[in-house]
Amino acid sequence: MLYNEPNPNETRVISQRFGLPNSASLDTYLANDGFKAFKKAYEMKPEDIIAEVKASALRGRGGAGFATGLKWSFVPRTSPKPKYIIVNADESEPATCKDRLLMEYDPHQMIEGILIAGLATGAHHGYIYIRGEYRYLIEHMDKAIAEAYSKGYLGQKIAGTDFHFDLYTHSGAGAYECGEETALLDSLEGKRGVPRMKPPFPAVAGAWGCPSLINNVETYSTVPVIIRNGGKWYHELGTPNNGGTRLLCLSGHVNKPGVYEVPLGYNMLKSIEVFGGGIPGGKKLKSVCPGGSSCPFLKADECDVKMDYDSIAAIGSMLGSGGMVVMDETTDMVKVALRVMRFYAHESCGWCIPCREGTTWLRKILQRFDDGGGRREDIALLGELSHNMLGRTFCALGDAAAMPTISIVEKFAGDFEKRLAREAVLV
Amino acid sequence: MPDSTQTETVKLTIDGRTIEAAKGTLIIEAARQSGIEVPAFCYYEGLTLQAACRMCLVEVEKTPKLQVGCTLPVAEGMVVHTDSAIVRQARKGTLEFLLTNHPLDCPVCDKGGECELQDMVFRYGAGESRFTERKVHVDEKQWSPVVYFDAPRCILCYRCVRICNEGMGVGALGVANRGVIAEIVPNKHDHLECDECGACIDICPVGALTSGIYRYHTRPWEMHHVGTICTHCGDGCRTTLGTKNDRIIRGNNRDRSGINGEFLCIKGRYAFDFVEHPERLQSPLKRVGDTFEPISWSEALSTVAKKFGEIKARGGKFGVIGSNHTTNEENYFLAKFARQGLETKNIDHHRTGDLSTFFDALSGKNNALGTAADLYTAKSVLIVGTDLSQQHPFLAFQVRANQRHHFAHVYVVNPGPTREDKHATAVVHAQKGGELAAVESLRDQIKTAGDLVIVFGDAVQGDALRKLIAFGDSLGVPVKYICLVDYSNSRGAFDMGLTPRDGGMSREQMIGASDLDALWVVGANPLKNAALASKAFVVVQDLFLTETAKRADIVLPAASAYEKNGTVTNVCGEVQKLKHAVRVMGVKTDLEICGLIAKEMNLNLGIWLPDKVFEEIRKTVHGYNVPLPILATGGAAPTAPLNGRVAALPGAVASAGDTLFTSGSLSKYSKILNSVMESPGRLFDEPHKSGQGPAARGQ
Amino acid sequence: MTFSPELEERFKRFLAKYPGRERSAVIPMLMYAQDEVGAITPELIDEVAKRCGVQSLQVDEVVGYYSMLHRKPLGKYHVQVCTNISCMLVGGTELYEHAKKKLGIGHKEVTADGVFSLEEVECMGACSWAPAVEINYDFHHHITPEKLDALIDGLKSAKKAN
Repeated sequence: MLYNEPNPNETRVISQRFGLPNSASLDTYLANDGFKAFKKAYEMKPEDIIAEVKASALRGRGGAGFATGLKWSFVPRTSPKPKYIIVNADESEPATCKDRLLMEYDPHQMIEGILIAGLATGAHHGYIYIRGEYRYLIEHMDKAIAEAYSKGYLGQKIAGTDFHFDLYTHSGAGAYECGEETALLDSLEGKRGVPRMKPPFPAVAGAWGCPSLINNVETYSTVPVIIRNGGKWYHELGTPNNGGTRLLCLSGHVNKPGVYEVPLGYNMLKSIEVFGGGIPGGKKLKSVCPGGSSCPFLKADECDVKMDYDSIAAIGSMLGSGGMVVMDETTDMVKVALRVMRFYAHESCGWCIPCREGTTWLRKILQRFDDGGGRREDIALLGELSHNMLGRTFCALGDAAAMPTISIVEKFAGDFEKRLAREAVLV
Repeated sequence: MPDSTQTETVKLTIDGRTIEAAKGTLIIEAARQSGIEVPAFCYYEGLTLQAACRMCLVEVEKTPKLQVGCTLPVAEGMVVHTDSAIVRQARKGTLEFLLTNHPLDCPVCDKGGECELQDMVFRYGAGESRFTERKVHVDEKQWSPVVYFDAPRCILCYRCVRICNEGMGVGALGVANRGVIAEIVPNKHDHLECDECGACIDICPVGALTSGIYRYHTRPWEMHHVGTICTHCGDGCRTTLGTKNDRIIRGNNRDRSGINGEFLCIKGRYAFDFVEHPERLQSPLKRVGDTFEPISWSEALSTVAKKFGEIKARGGKFGVIGSNHTTNEENYFLAKFARQGLETKNIDHHRTGDLSTFFDALSGKNNALGTAADLYTAKSVLIVGTDLSQQHPFLAFQVRANQRHHFAHVYVVNPGPTREDKHATAVVHAQKGGELAAVESLRDQIKTAGDLVIVFGDAVQGDALRKLIAFGDSLGVPVKYICLVDYSNSRGAFDMGLTPRDGGMSREQMIGASDLDALWVVGANPLKNAALASKAFVVVQDLFLTETAKRADIVLPAASAYEKNGTVTNVCGEVQKLKHAVRVMGVKTDLEICGLIAKEMNLNLGIWLPDKVFEEIRKTVHGYNVPLPILATGGAAPTAPLNGRVAALPGAVASAGDTLFTSGSLSKYSKILNSVMESPGRLFDEPHKSGQGPAARGQ
Repeated sequence: MTFSPELEERFKRFLAKYPGRERSAVIPMLMYAQDEVGAITPELIDEVAKRCGVQSLQVDEVVGYYSMLHRKPLGKYHVQVCTNISCMLVGGTELYEHAKKKLGIGHKEVTADGVFSLEEVECMGACSWAPAVEINYDFHHHITPEKLDALIDGLKSAKKAN
């Protein structure tokens, strides 16, 4: 049973097997195009595999949207060190719940993607870093991996070829920061999930100092269909430079929240109507958070926009991880800002000063505001302190905390004005 | 042919100034080299980069946001601004963040007056705070007799974590929790088990880590600071003693003077407290039956002079045992006194390394003596028969730094685990006598590793020492040697002639002889585990009533190294100056005591002022004609022993086997050395055997 | 320390995943050991350190970092209510308040009988099926106060039946 009903208007490319009976089994996968791409890729030169991924204009689905093919090309194939394929399954960006489905419903699609990445980079080992909260998925993936081993799709001589690859799951233990790829590597090495300095980038010195390719679950899961149908075919599903489809996680004030596969460039307002079934009670739209809580929030009048990386960037926000939160006119943006900041203050690793101290200070101001102790000067202070974090922290978490806050304070200042403590009390 | 030693440079502009810097130089360093300060808390020369404090953000033209000065290397044509409006605003913002949870208890904070956070806020911070929320508070903790930790003051620069892990090789500090409640934690849940060296305290830019020895005793500006040489082991570290009213309040070396930079172990930093131990002798004593009675200096000196004179007149047998703690001047004067004044060859000291064989074996070789500086630069280091981190903590620090910064190869041949094993290329465990075979087994590895320094302990002496040097000679690479000796001036004692050369009696022979008429012991404790066979008249100069002093007829209270001027020679043969830091009532320096006895005996042994005696040493002791400006400015001047045959000496050579927490007879009188739980410690029993160290970020 | 044969078997598998890099097994080992031991005790820290060849401090540092590693025992059923943005917008906060009342405990507290513990947690990845609750490792979607009551009552009676 699926968590939500599929929608006939979806473009089902990577979710095509969702809902099939025993969709997670290798047999189902093999009966539905499974491992055709791997066999094709095995006959290709590594640089041609990477060229195909580049042609697809696939961009990292974890949130940053970095060109996947380019990232693959950074791994030095000729390095004498072992190379690793790392799967970022630490899905923890608030509003994002798609990687769960890809692993739950179609684990072998991801495994095939991992193997193709192995062929392209010369890696023979892979680790799937799964957030600790997804314990059931760790066990689920272990079963899928065991099945793949038993049927010759992992281990030695994969699918009758001379390629060998070993794949393991690895459990996280509750830390948003471990979604940052270098923090994930430290965590994989058994340390605190504190991000690393870059350069060197993981492609050169990643897990245990060895070249490592790190991509999101959805990114790897997309690779087989790109190899099977060609990069050009995939690219044309989306918009120029924003290839293909992605899983849109629709949540908040919509009638039919759910995860839906849509082509990049799909109109945001239309998605609320077509997939979300509109806003409950016919209420008006107030704001949309387009791609997880780290993205600047949009006002209703900004939401008539194509959902692809470049179009959203053009209006000052980000497509992010695909977690789209819809907020209706009744939403109190002070509460939203507070909840968002509580999250970042809780998840700040504490490594650098602006993020460690900034998120907590902002949380305290917002909490006081929400408790009724807001002062007029706080509104400007919230923006100013956020700007003092923005672009100045060790990793992107500081930015992730600053950007939504700046957008909310600037775009929804009225909500803050309304919540000011009575001035007389303050005098 | 291009000169490979010439480093490639790039040209860049910092604050309008054109600067040339070596390729790879970090912006923060390039700026500092040209006199521009880029503030930073976490950046610390020699330790791994953190980029955590964000104080060093600078503006680099053509980059979208502020750049991290401590991690970004310079590039050709780069244009950097370190004092633009945006940079100033960023620093102000970061300091404002930093102060949100800082208690701002400067008036009662031990660091007040020398706090980097105070200085930074003064220079770059805002005049007022906009923070009106509740601060995070946790209570102060005591982790050991040495280390106290006040988390709210901590700014999490991770200097302490890194100096302990990278510098000391201990890794006793880590980081617990995350976010705003992240804090530094000790390795044993609620307490520390470590070297107790206090490096974490000195390196702390704020008052988060404070020392149980110094805290609340004074304000820093009330102290006088005297840079002198540590009196404990032979490594020759400079310790800067903070004094007030003739009391030593603290020791550190924050000004990085001396060969040791900031390095000090617990002994150099804290074990100055013997100076004011209640059992310190402050009056001459005369034996009356089984007890002692205080007497005046004039009575004491005339008694000794008279007795010595009588024994000399009747051709009696003298024995003179000198010290490896006293100055070169004192040792030289004592040796001269014995040979010329008392006309005896029976002179010795506790020899802790086989220097006579060492110098003899090196006869004819140039450039064969290694120094602490060489241990930091050599491509490889071979350590034989010594628990270096315990017995020579500074030399061990140098080796660790060399491995860390230059990837030097470290080879270890020892009877048991030592800290060096952790970063060694190869470790061979060999029991006493098996060292040479073990060294031989490493030959193929060592000979390809480049220039080498061989450091060896007392396990290698006599024939074995000659064979070890023959091994080094056969490698075909440049080799230097360090023959380890204990105590602050063992090397000087040997060089100044406190040795039974030309047929004199050794220390053991003097103690064992039944016909000795007089035994004069200066700053040594030869009767600690031995009884004097003769009924000799015994004169002892010392700080305390040691086992030897208890056998004396006359005891003369001596000044410690921290109470006198003079020079000492470290384990690597470098001469450094001692500087008088405090005065202790009733005591006299050994030089003055010897001089006064000579005067009482009407001997003409020359003036007994340290500078004058050193002048004589420079003229007469081979290799000591060192440039005075080096010494005068606090430097270490290398000496060159006689390059020629050196006759073998009778008697035993044995290391005292001191650990980090012992210091011969002296450690008995240091409260701090006895109060730490790690004391007395054991050699070849490294407790920190496994692991890569905690959170500090390795590169 | 002794563990169940199943956990020992699991530890063996974990260590085999990272040959020569046993430190990598620290976090997975802690996660599974916690379930059996009940909490991350100092003894467990020392044991995991020993098995992974690191100092206890290095394990201690990790324990403090990850929010799913607990030094104090949790209830037999650990009720985790998400109040992050997607859940908050559709009643997550109210659900959490309800859970507090229902169980009579607050954030990270344990009922007197040790059966239940409660935690307000960050986004657990169930945003499109919010509000969501995770009890131990089981996800429950579209939870209303009534559904939560039913879940808790069901677990209570299951506990009694044991």
